[in-house]
Amino acid sequence: MSMTKTKSIDGRSVNDLSEETRIGVYVCHCGLNIAQSVDCDGVAARAAHLPGVCISKGISYACSEPGQKEIRNDIAENDLNRIVVASCSPRLHEPTFRQMLQDAGLNPYLLEMANLREQCSWVHMHEKDAATEKAWDLVKMAVSRVAKNEALTEEKLPMTQRALVIGGGVAGIQTALDLADNGIKVVLVEKRPSIGGVMAQLDKTFPTMDCSI
Amino acid sequence: MTDAGRHPNITIHTLSEVAEVKGYVGNFDVKIVKKARYVNEKECTACGDCAKVCPVVRPDEFNMGLSSRKAIYSPFPQAVPSAYVLNPNECLGNNPTVCNKCYDACEKKCIDFHMSDETINERVGTVIVATGLEPYDPTALDEYGYTRFENVLTSLEFERLVNAGGPTQGRLLRPTDRMKPKSIGFIQCVGSRSARRGKSYCSNICCMNTIKSTLVLKEHYTDMDVKVFYIDIRAFGKGFEDLYTRSRRAGTQYIRGLPGNVEELPDGSLRVAVENTATGTLEFHELDMLVLAIGVEPAPSTQRLQEMLGLQLTSDGFYLEAHPKLQPVDAATRGVFYAGCAEGPKDIKESVTQASAAAARALRLMQKSEISAEAITSEVDPDLCKSCGICAEVCPYNAITVDKKKKMPAHVATAACAGCGTCAAECPFGAITMHHFSDGQIVSQIDSMLEEKADEKILTFACNWCSYAGADYAGVSRLQYPPNARVIRTMCSGRVDEKFIWEGFKNGAPVILVSGCHIGDCHYIDANHWTEKRIEKVHKKMEKLGLRPERLQLEWISAAEGVRFAEVMKKMEELRRSVSRQEIAETIAVLEK
Repeated sequence: MSMTKTKSIDGRSVNDLSEETRIGVYVCHCGLNIAQSVDCDGVAARAAHLPGVCISKGISYACSEPGQKEIRNDIAENDLNRIVVASCSPRLHEPTFRQMLQDAGLNPYLLEMANLREQCSWVHMHEKDAATEKAWDLVKMAVSRVAKNEALTEEKLPMTQRALVIGGGVAGIQTALDLADNGIKVVLVEKRPSIGGVMAQLDKTFPTMDCSI
Repeated sequence: MTDAGRHPNITIHTLSEVAEVKGYVGNFDVKIVKKARYVNEKECTACGDCAKVCPVVRPDEFNMGLSSRKAIYSPFPQAVPSAYVLNPNECLGNNPTVCNKCYDACEKKCIDFHMSDETINERVGTVIVATGLEPYDPTALDEYGYTRFENVLTSLEFERLVNAGGPTQGRLLRPTDRMKPKSIGFIQCVGSRSARRGKSYCSNICCMNTIKSTLVLKEHYTDMDVKVFYIDIRAFGKGFEDLYTRSRRAGTQYIRGLPGNVEELPDGSLRVAVENTATGTLEFHELDMLVLAIGVEPAPSTQRLQEMLGLQLTSDGFYLEAHPKLQPVDAATRGVFYAGCAEGPKDIKESVTQASAAAARALRLMQKSEISAEAITSEVDPDLCKSCGICAEVCPYNAITVDKKKKMPAHVATAACAGCGTCAAECPFGAITMHHFSDGQIVSQIDSMLEEKADEKILTFACNWCSYAGADYAGVSRLQYPPNARVIRTMCSGRVDEKFIWEGFKNGAPVILVSGCHIGDCHYIDANHWTEKRIEKVHKKMEKLGLRPERLQLEWISAAEGVRFAEVMKKMEELRRSVSRQEIAETIAVLEK
């Protein structure tokens, strides 16, 4: 996989991995979702001393537009080349923050998330000290990991513009029609001798009280 | 339905099932088995001459067995395709001495007794799973007498009885005496909302279906006595409450309580015993007919498709969406979407809404002729590779080729690689880099986690799709568990290299948990089989080294099992407490030798 270093903002390379590691750490409060059981600003202050970290701060909503703007500005102003967002699950907002990195001219894979909400503040709601200790560990783990992240590029794959719909009931029929009306070829597979499913067996249906077929 | 049948962009395969799906988003290769119809679908004009002469009479499935059909038949008048279909198990055959009547009657000679099942291969970019539901079979709830009393019907049978296209042309007759019933009762939640029998979930549609039925009855037969036995009426949707009010205003009597027992009286009517929980009294109601508002179960094909497409199920048995709020129609497998009751019980409007949403999500991928592939793939260093072939053997996608004889180093076809990382974990020579989940990245997480107070922590590996999602679900559900658990995410449990485990123990981890999808549910076909084998191997090595093997645990936790994740964490904490500082120090000494 290639090490990209070509993306630039204002002609200035911000993605050169031979450069020194400059990490930005953002510990999200998520309103009170995280902040009520984790001392977010305290964790951020400790993280500022970790190797490679240039900026570390608490942020009220990292995913919000002002939050993202603040991070993007920091990237530009401080030549940050790796970002740790300690907020919710990467399963939720990793795409959001990867996009943010891309917009800021960084490779999206130079992001690391620490899951402080689903896997910390929400599951240790009554143990603030222990939750904060855990949050600290999770941030520390993310910082050490992100230093080793590589820039990755996505290859292109051919997309067959053709869909398979399994099941010819009301849902399958509607999906097939919507796709077909948009010019997609649809293969509709139904195990019974006719499409229609259970819906076809019903008498008048709510709220129009007309026949279901 | 007819729109779908006529649409130039839609090919309908009926009597067909998906037998095999290979490939990945953009390029799924699908094998469809189409059973023989024995009638030429294109030529048949549905004139019905064949059925007229067919001597075989069988119950009509479409009318829930309340009427009959022939061995060659049209499924129902508006069927799409309209062609007749012949059931080969019922047909007497084409030997002229036995029957052959339909063949002789068909002017266009559409009937072909020698038609055989067909296999169709299709390449598609996306797959929409709309496999629907299975109505609950109330046989098990014998107190309602469904199998014993003819005048006890299911709601679906009732639908056919009041349907103008049904066996009685929409005239409601009770089965025993073919007379119009004067009174009728509906029993709600049959097969739903019960911890003991049937399903524990609410089937979502039965309340409104019953309310609709009471209105249909009250419209046609104003003097009919209509009673509904219920736990709660769930009229939560747009316009639902209004319909419920109309039903009550029309004179339908709602009685809060589910009957305990139903008896048949000599004239075929039914005596229902119910504790009315609104008044606190035991009541008896004599009714001419009873309708069981049956619930909804996952379609029988659910599990087979789940395995074929690498999907996940909820504990209810319906398909699990990638995210309950933000990706409610996406499967965790890219390029696969859900529509309708396959994802959970829902009514027609919701099914249609979800179907359109699924179409839009699929279109989003299909609007261009190419899409971005997974960047998280593995790569072989040809200088370190010894061409042993283990990586190719463990790859669930056959994405790795290696020529052992010619000693050609292994090569990963990145387009086919889904990024589970099993190859990197299994490579004995450290020749494979799993990008974004490299040894260096994961080891640095382990090391920094165990830097301080290692003896107090629970090192946990969780796969992205099931166990990590299960941990997230525990969070969403606010389930509390010991705060010393630290999770390291890998895409698949197959990525958890033996050396990660030794690294953990060497750094003072008291206990280690490896967690992944249940066997059969692996997001990477069967990569978790290798996890299981690997953990077995490590357990044996631990025994040889004099380490307690139970300090390394393997658990399967699905994305829906938040409760289980929390429980496993509590168990791990108990286990951790059993590991003394001395034991940890001894372990470190043994491993550093």
